[in-house]
Amino acid sequence: MNFWIIQTLNGISFGMLLFLLASGLSLIYGLMKILNLTHGSFYMLGGYAGLVAVKYTGSFILAVLAGCACVTIIGVVMERFFLRRLHLQEMPQTLLTFGFLFIFSDLAMLIWGSNPETLPKPALFEQSIPLLGTFYPSYRLFIIGFGLAVAMLLWWVQEGTRIGAMIRAGVDNEEIARALGINVSLLFTLVFAFGAFLAALGGVMGGPIVGVFPGADFEIMLLGFVVVIIGGLGSLKGALVGGLAVGLLDNFGKVFFPEFALFTIFAPMALILAVRPTGLFGRE
Amino acid sequence: MNTGASSHRSIILTVAIGLPLMLALPFVLTPYYLGLVVKMMIFALFAMSLDLLIGYTGMASLGHAAYFGISAYTAGLLALKLGWSFWIAMPAALLLSGVVAVVFGMLALRTRGSYFLMITLALSQLAWGIAFGWRSVTGGDDGLPNVPRPDLSATISLADGTNFYYFVLAFVSIGALLMFRIAASPFGYVLRGIRESETRMLALGYNVWRYKLAVFVIGGLFAGLAGILYVYLNRFVSPDYIHVARSAEVLLMVILGGAGTLAGPAIGAALIVLLENVISGFTERWIMIMGVIYLAVALFAPNGMAGLVRDFRRKRGRK
Repeated sequence: MNFWIIQTLNGISFGMLLFLLASGLSLIYGLMKILNLTHGSFYMLGGYAGLVAVKYTGSFILAVLAGCACVTIIGVVMERFFLRRLHLQEMPQTLLTFGFLFIFSDLAMLIWGSNPETLPKPALFEQSIPLLGTFYPSYRLFIIGFGLAVAMLLWWVQEGTRIGAMIRAGVDNEEIARALGINVSLLFTLVFAFGAFLAALGGVMGGPIVGVFPGADFEIMLLGFVVVIIGGLGSLKGALVGGLAVGLLDNFGKVFFPEFALFTIFAPMALILAVRPTGLFGRE
Repeated sequence: MNTGASSHRSIILTVAIGLPLMLALPFVLTPYYLGLVVKMMIFALFAMSLDLLIGYTGMASLGHAAYFGISAYTAGLLALKLGWSFWIAMPAALLLSGVVAVVFGMLALRTRGSYFLMITLALSQLAWGIAFGWRSVTGGDDGLPNVPRPDLSATISLADGTNFYYFVLAFVSIGALLMFRIAASPFGYVLRGIRESETRMLALGYNVWRYKLAVFVIGGLFAGLAGILYVYLNRFVSPDYIHVARSAEVLLMVILGGAGTLAGPAIGAALIVLLENVISGFTERWIMIMGVIYLAVALFAPNGMAGLVRDFRRKRGRK
């Protein structure tokens, strides 16, 4: 019984990290129709920047701030100076985001080398706490709570605020939104940078449990894609449900079939594709 | 637009000049550069196979390396573990990559656009995961070294560089010829119709889904052929053959050359292979430089060299 509870919590906490990643991926696609292949790099760079900050300051909060700030700036630059020129051109966008993926991947290798690293846990959540007759790391519980809080916050922003209404208008019809006087180009930069921010947040928060390592960019990008394929592109609900599903599947897959863990993620993905090609909550 | 007659003439001209040149290369080049030319030809075949999907049908696959790698692994394993002769190993490898293309195609073709991109990418990473994880069969990360090159007959051994060059030249020429034929056939024109408007082709009574699956599998088979040749060239196969980076590389070749022209992607492939060779010769950071090349192509030549030539001609025509 304990085994199931612990593994389920492990899966959910990893799922929350995937949600942070996929919600940005989904939001960017929803508004800008860009499939961002650099999203996994944002996650990895966030983790590395956090690592540097924690080494020099010892503070986890500063690590979160540093990781998110660096990657948000990268996101703004990428959108303003590069992606902007290729609006709605799918193939060039794909090449461009691929190019950045390679550049960041090589840059990370140059700066941080090829050894996997982990971030130390924040002091407040170093301990394991008693849970149903066993001990469970409090940091993972913190991630679950944090992920849920972010989900609720995003929900509120999307449904209850002016900026959320503007984004929804842009998603539904860009031209009309422009005609109504909404500054859609500013919105694009904002959303892309915010997506990058969320990915970096996932990277730093995941640092103590998943670690940062070369190749994390490709691996995490792939998991992010599976999440949005299952949940549906452009849907916040889809990112949450898909993230939790992939987190759990990945965790139990690794426990039960270590050599073929990928299958436990891909078989359900294929099944959902066969039934609902645009994912559980996606729309064409 | 080319008229039929002039494109016919240009093909005859290309073959008349190109073929003797290609046949003469082994007498001019050192073994090292001959090997480089072989690599260029193999990737030209690979890029053309992807062009059938992207350029002609408008289906942007980000997982085309799956078929390249699957048949490379199959050919390598059959030669290495079972000692099968080339004449059985090659059809077997093609068959397997074709079957996988049918299955992946049936899943991926339920979607289009960005979903199609993501799903082809995800499925190819599944193949990569198997090659990476199934150590007892595939050798995992280390790959399969010492794959022997086949003997075509008792007297013709492909271990000889010149023989191998002609062997690859023959297969690539046949493959390229077949693809040009496919592109120029009524089938090829249906594909162009699908690229321009799927709904219109549906309204005209074409079974669009079946055409898309057919070209997806055809593209997979030619990619598979390229994979087989590549494993013989390197005498080695590793998960890198299937990785997304490989699929991205061949996509770059197609876009750089100019999608929808077949000849363009072949030239793009030769150029990228050459560039990688030169750049990796003088710096370890060649991946970063390749990344910059991706950016440059995306920003300045999104229609490839074929597009640049078209623009140039149009400008000159106006004057």
